[in-house]
Amino acid sequence: MNASHSPFSRREFLRVTALAGGGFALSSAFPHEGWAEVGQALDDTAKIFTPGPFIKITPEGIITILAKNPETGQGIKTSLPMIIAEELDVDFSTIVIEQAALRKDVGPQFAGGSRSTPDNYLRMRQAGATARAMLIEAAAQIWQVRSTELSTNQGKVIHEASGRSLTYGQLATKAATLPLPAENTVKLKRDDSFRLLGSRVGGVDNPLIVTGRAEFGIDQKLPGLVYAALEKCPVFGGKVVSANLARIKALPGVLDAFVLEGTANINGLLPGVAIIARSTWAAFSAKRQLQIVWDESAATGHSTEAYAGQAVALAAGNGTKIRQEGDVTAALATASKVVTGAYFYPFLNHATLEPQGCTAWAREDGIEFWTTSQTPGSGQELVASTLKIPKDKLKLNLVRAGGGFGRRLANDYLVEAAAIALRTQGAPVKLTWTREDDMRHCFYRPAGFHFLKGAIDAHGRVSAWHNHFVTFGYKNTERPASSASLSPDELPARFIPNFELEQSIISTIVPTGPMRAPGSNGLAFVMQSFIDELAHAAGRDPVAFRLELLGTDRVIPPAQGQRGNPYDVARMKAVIALAAEKSGWGQALPRGQGRGVAFHFSHAGYVALVAEVIVTPDGTLTVRQVTAAVDVGPIINLSGAENQVQGSIIDGISMAWLQEITHDRGRTVQSNFNDYPLLRSTETPAVSVNFIQSKNPPTGLGEPVYPVVPPAICNAIFAATGHRIRKLPISKTDLGWS
Amino acid sequence: MPTYNLKVNGALHKIEAAADTPLLWVLRDQLALTGTKFGCGIGQCGACTIQINGVPARSCQTPISTVGAMRITTIEGLSPDGSHPLQKAWCHHDVPQCGYCQAGQIMTAAAFLQSNPTPTENEIDSAMAGNLCRCGTYLRIRAAVNEAAKLMQNGGRP
Repeated sequence: MNASHSPFSRREFLRVTALAGGGFALSSAFPHEGWAEVGQALDDTAKIFTPGPFIKITPEGIITILAKNPETGQGIKTSLPMIIAEELDVDFSTIVIEQAALRKDVGPQFAGGSRSTPDNYLRMRQAGATARAMLIEAAAQIWQVRSTELSTNQGKVIHEASGRSLTYGQLATKAATLPLPAENTVKLKRDDSFRLLGSRVGGVDNPLIVTGRAEFGIDQKLPGLVYAALEKCPVFGGKVVSANLARIKALPGVLDAFVLEGTANINGLLPGVAIIARSTWAAFSAKRQLQIVWDESAATGHSTEAYAGQAVALAAGNGTKIRQEGDVTAALATASKVVTGAYFYPFLNHATLEPQGCTAWAREDGIEFWTTSQTPGSGQELVASTLKIPKDKLKLNLVRAGGGFGRRLANDYLVEAAAIALRTQGAPVKLTWTREDDMRHCFYRPAGFHFLKGAIDAHGRVSAWHNHFVTFGYKNTERPASSASLSPDELPARFIPNFELEQSIISTIVPTGPMRAPGSNGLAFVMQSFIDELAHAAGRDPVAFRLELLGTDRVIPPAQGQRGNPYDVARMKAVIALAAEKSGWGQALPRGQGRGVAFHFSHAGYVALVAEVIVTPDGTLTVRQVTAAVDVGPIINLSGAENQVQGSIIDGISMAWLQEITHDRGRTVQSNFNDYPLLRSTETPAVSVNFIQSKNPPTGLGEPVYPVVPPAICNAIFAATGHRIRKLPISKTDLGWS
Repeated sequence: MPTYNLKVNGALHKIEAAADTPLLWVLRDQLALTGTKFGCGIGQCGACTIQINGVPARSCQTPISTVGAMRITTIEGLSPDGSHPLQKAWCHHDVPQCGYCQAGQIMTAAAFLQSNPTPTENEIDSAMAGNLCRCGTYLRIRAAVNEAAKLMQNGGRP
């Protein structure tokens, strides 16, 4: 193929535009094959019942439910439509699920903070109940009976007295003529009459996934599609000085190569060199031959070792007081035992299995995206502000993501794809990051250092807790970086009479951001491990010690000025007791084998875990069993919920045991799964999942289990070997014993 | 640029590609068979697993020039209608979370059950150890492979 200088021939792209014609919307709206004709039929809107954006019922009886939020593997594309289907009273297996694009009439569309369930539960129920009420009203008018005489059953309205029934499809045209009832007049089902919620429902995309037909971000196909790769400076904040663009442009299959200037916004468009090619491989091959001179002056002094040295120095001085209660100094002076421990958790990468990327198509009327963003609304704003394009010219289709874990809360890949799409003279372009790009350009889970001191009084109780938290600020020492702060309410604050928390900040150039249970995913390790140290110092059983620390059942509100959920002590104690009971806590184990307990409250979820490990004298670790007790209120989809708990535990073991991101001269050292491992099938423990379905509003489950895993494992290792792990990952410590 | 005749899922395709092009990108970009996924590019994760003459292979590590006339099977060609016992078992156990690794998992498992139709759970775990699942669905993968093995023993068509 000819790789000469004017890569995009006018004729080629005229053809592309003609082919495109906007005809692809249908295929994205109806992911299940065979629905294209139905989609055309749906244009006959007068006969179709659409009581709001979430439900569509045709006279032919095809019921479509809109899945409003981004699907990243958390199962929301299944569980939110289930809530609608419950109230609508339909057979879920007959429903067509349609993934929403970014739109204005369905409420916020994001996947983060385990918020999708609590934020949408009522909205989804009302949508389903409203449609059901209107279908009943339609039947009442047709039959000339009172609506109170009617009931529904799995897609039919029934008049029991006369034995008549009509399907929702048969009622659609009539229902479409009725006014929407006022929201407060629509009655929701009683919770104890649920048929679908709480049952096991398989993911709605499973049949497509197992046949390779599910379309992920990286799978978008468009007429005339070209392929892009992007090389950014390995040093955070580095800029392009020069690049061998002429040579790259001459490579086979390469259409164009150019410098992206970028902006100063760390969350936005960073400087780099973009390559556009006729295939992904041509783009990747050319990328490897890039020779770029970077301005790396920002790198000096930014390494893992330098940060550790700074942390120790800062901890020797005074930090900023974040919380202070009672008299820690006096309590330490009169303690029967004082325990100290210096804890560390490293930077981490989300390592979604689908690397970051995005497909974008710039046309005269704006840019259309196919994106895996967890925050498409923010992504739209980022593109608008960076490239000075009005928001209403940016159309975002939401595409199934190969994992999120918080990485796709950022929209860097989206704005990169937009900037590249403006250079393709009208061709749609798919930007794909290599794994190495993904490992080295992340909004990393920030590392943290905790220098702890605790006191046990004469009664064997914790009388004082002092923590000097050394964290990171992005290019400053005043404010913690994204996801690097510690709430003054973080446990055991509010549970110990003499309590002091101070904070110091190391300036970093490493971008940080939220990762699965941000904050909690490092803090739970520190707090639950040090509580364990105190329990052992007091000679107490770690479960009994924790229950006593939590004290009497009560609901503790957040401190004044603090956000967050109230802390329901009874719910926490109940999950601890259940995890202990189900794990056989207290039963004797041979040497080299041990159980560890940990609990944590985050994202409105109450979680306790008991881990059981075996460590051979030569230090080989096996995680044998993890027992989980979880209270997130009523469960929406039991299958999906169990999957999230199992997955969070396996993810948590990967994190605790194997993973760390280190930095050297301002760049990330790790590059791929060879040096940033994930747990494998052979290392996976048995997992027991136990829910307490308390009568509280249902809350999310993507996050709250994950933070509890590292301390449960580390406490079990201590019980088995006497090795106290204060530094993650565990693989850095020789666990051998004799 | 050299030309190759590839036998993919029972069909012949004439492909023009650089000799070092990994089969992964030929399948995805040129044949629109995007069920085979890119995860790492260095043969570490298994997301790109296909079968070549029935043997699992990392398509990201297989240059097109090395394939010749061998039979290539991708997830799209595992069964005509998604009815392979593994595909059924995968749905029955609701294995996927994000789903990105699952095509590679199933292709590895399908070849494994051909060579070992009555595996133990440990043998399943060992056979699947080269396929990473970032979401951590290993327990369900094991259960699904186990169930598929039993389905196949009881006459389920492989």
